[in-house]
Amino acid sequence: MKKFKIAVAAAVLLAASASYADITIGVSLSLTGPASGLGIPIKNEIALWPKSIAGQKLDVIVLDDATDPTTGVKNARRFVTEDKADVIVGSVATPVAIPMAAVAAEADTVQLALSPAALPPGKDKWTFRLPQSNLVMAHAIVAHMKKLGVKTVGFLGYTDAYGEEWLKAFGPLAEKNGIKLVATERFARSDTSVTGQALKLVAAHPDAILIVASGSGAAMPEMGVVERGYKGKIYQTHAAATHDLMRVGGKEVEGTYVVSGPAVVADQLPASNPSKQLGMEFIQSYEKAYGPGSRNQFAAHGFDTALLLEKAVPIALKKGKPGTKEFRAALRDALETMGRTVVSQGVLTYTPTDHWGFPDDTGVMLKVVNGQFKVD
Amino acid sequence: MDLSIASVLLVDGITSGAIYALLGLAIVLVFAVTRVIFIPQGEFVAYGALTLAILQTGAVPGTVWLLLLMGAVAAAMDGAGAWRRHRRVMAAARAAGGTLLVPVLLSLVTVWAAPHRFPMLVQMLLSLALVTAFGPLVYRVAFQSLADASTLVLLIVSVGVHFAMTGLALVFFGAEGFRNPSFWDLRMQLGAVTLTGQAIIIITVSVALIVLLWLFFERTLYGKALRATAVNRLGARLMGVSAHAAGRWSFAMAALIGALSGLLIGPTTTVFYDSGFLIGLKGFVAAVIGGLASYPATAIGALFVGIVESFSSFWASAFKEVIVFTLILPILFWLSLTDKHAAEEH
Repeated sequence: MKKFKIAVAAAVLLAASASYADITIGVSLSLTGPASGLGIPIKNEIALWPKSIAGQKLDVIVLDDATDPTTGVKNARRFVTEDKADVIVGSVATPVAIPMAAVAAEADTVQLALSPAALPPGKDKWTFRLPQSNLVMAHAIVAHMKKLGVKTVGFLGYTDAYGEEWLKAFGPLAEKNGIKLVATERFARSDTSVTGQALKLVAAHPDAILIVASGSGAAMPEMGVVERGYKGKIYQTHAAATHDLMRVGGKEVEGTYVVSGPAVVADQLPASNPSKQLGMEFIQSYEKAYGPGSRNQFAAHGFDTALLLEKAVPIALKKGKPGTKEFRAALRDALETMGRTVVSQGVLTYTPTDHWGFPDDTGVMLKVVNGQFKVD
Repeated sequence: MDLSIASVLLVDGITSGAIYALLGLAIVLVFAVTRVIFIPQGEFVAYGALTLAILQTGAVPGTVWLLLLMGAVAAAMDGAGAWRRHRRVMAAARAAGGTLLVPVLLSLVTVWAAPHRFPMLVQMLLSLALVTAFGPLVYRVAFQSLADASTLVLLIVSVGVHFAMTGLALVFFGAEGFRNPSFWDLRMQLGAVTLTGQAIIIITVSVALIVLLWLFFERTLYGKALRATAVNRLGARLMGVSAHAAGRWSFAMAALIGALSGLLIGPTTTVFYDSGFLIGLKGFVAAVIGGLASYPATAIGALFVGIVESFSSFWASAFKEVIVFTLILPILFWLSLTDKHAAEEH
């Protein structure tokens, strides 16, 4: 009888501590609104996440931020006050992720941003980014342009934060490498035509044109430029590295150079690439669940989020239990100090001064050949 | 800027202006008959283009399920209305069935036709029919019971309908954009101007539709009934013109015009579930230039918007949208100075 009592007591204690020790992850994604094409694949990937890490059950709460900064902040506040989240993940849209960082910092909670959110120095103490910064990707493009002898380049980008940050990253880097920016034009995703911009770009006779747009929105500006008789090289950014580019653009986007993270082309990477194996793992698990050809950049960031947590959580668990302030602080310290972490999108090394993590040679240049991406 | 660039921009501006003209006319038409400032006009553009795009892939477009859903809601409303009036099951069933008939028939035809991949023209007609059927249903569900509300209430409902339609479009079409195949791969050199087949089709169809609308309002009994409702609702009702029927007709025409615009721009750009809003808004600017009353002024305003947009995308592409929408300010100012009947409605 006594034994039974002890057993019951132990079971109750265990159950209580187990439920208390669940790791709560608050995920804010753009499932509606202009960035929904980016958020939905990540939600799909989250469904494939492990159910527990280091013996701790994962309690994942996914909320929609509708690509709206106000809603994103509201979600983040809910995560830290009501759900007592240990980690905030998101958002996938840069303008939403930036204000969420302030909430994360206020509540001393780690934010794993799924967008290249640029923050003023010192404001990203609790924010770590999963995607490559635009600067890292710009390095790959500039290096490739130099290799092909490009001397002048035209810029055609979105009128939003994505276009602006690319211009800021690419412009100075290109100038430094002796490539001149001869025309800078803007357009909006909803525009029905880019004739005006294309005329001006073509008139400037650049050796190459860099188009900054995302998903299926990336094909229209390129087709507009080609229609105006542009014969030079065309570059696209990593937000365009999806099959939508060829689905919408067809034959007219043939020969385009697209910069991408390693994950989506892992099957074509040499075995020496550190991300080859994890990239293959990502592609196989994702395409098994969502069909052949469904792989994309954004889902890979979701995949990497789980990898990071799998490495950092065991370290943090030594310092505190999930749900406590100590655990959250330990998780942040673990991310900063755990060193080189290979993920499907490259090799992440976060340090106290660098919360971007990827080295400059992470970007992979792809070329559209016969409607498929080929590593160039 | 030389003549060749100016002429290219001019053709581009007139092509987009022609689309804005169609949408502007639809907005004026709806406003004249029902006093609804129809913000979601652009949504029909996206619905039309996306429906055709999905039919092209051989799948059943989400429009079908949405249409059935809307039809069921409208039928329930009609059925309940008839029950309240007659207290007879048969009457309620007949009213509900009447509303549900067209959506169900169209859905059946589409579900049957989608996998057959009929020629483009058949698919276009099917898309037009599907989207046009939305017009009366939107009127029935959102606006009919508010027919006597103030313009402001109708405007607020209209904004709500816009959000609902965009949200539903995301659910039923997905977040990715589509581009339709070109109808006519022609490139013609006329002096300094290059005309594409698509531009010719857009301009021709727009002009033809404007002429048809004019004929409809001038020569047919239905057209005259709609005009009568626009001029004086009570008077028209006394003459036996149903205000509800007029509302449904005007919404059906607006949906048809929107869907047609969608089919026209589908091959020239990538259409997303939310693309229609900005396009519709530019049609709205044109309609405002026309004082929400004059068809010819709206058409001219639309061409003006299209050409300004085209030239500003050349000179200052980063500020294109700003320039287009700032245009509305001096025009509103001028309209408010010259309009003598501003206080009439209050």
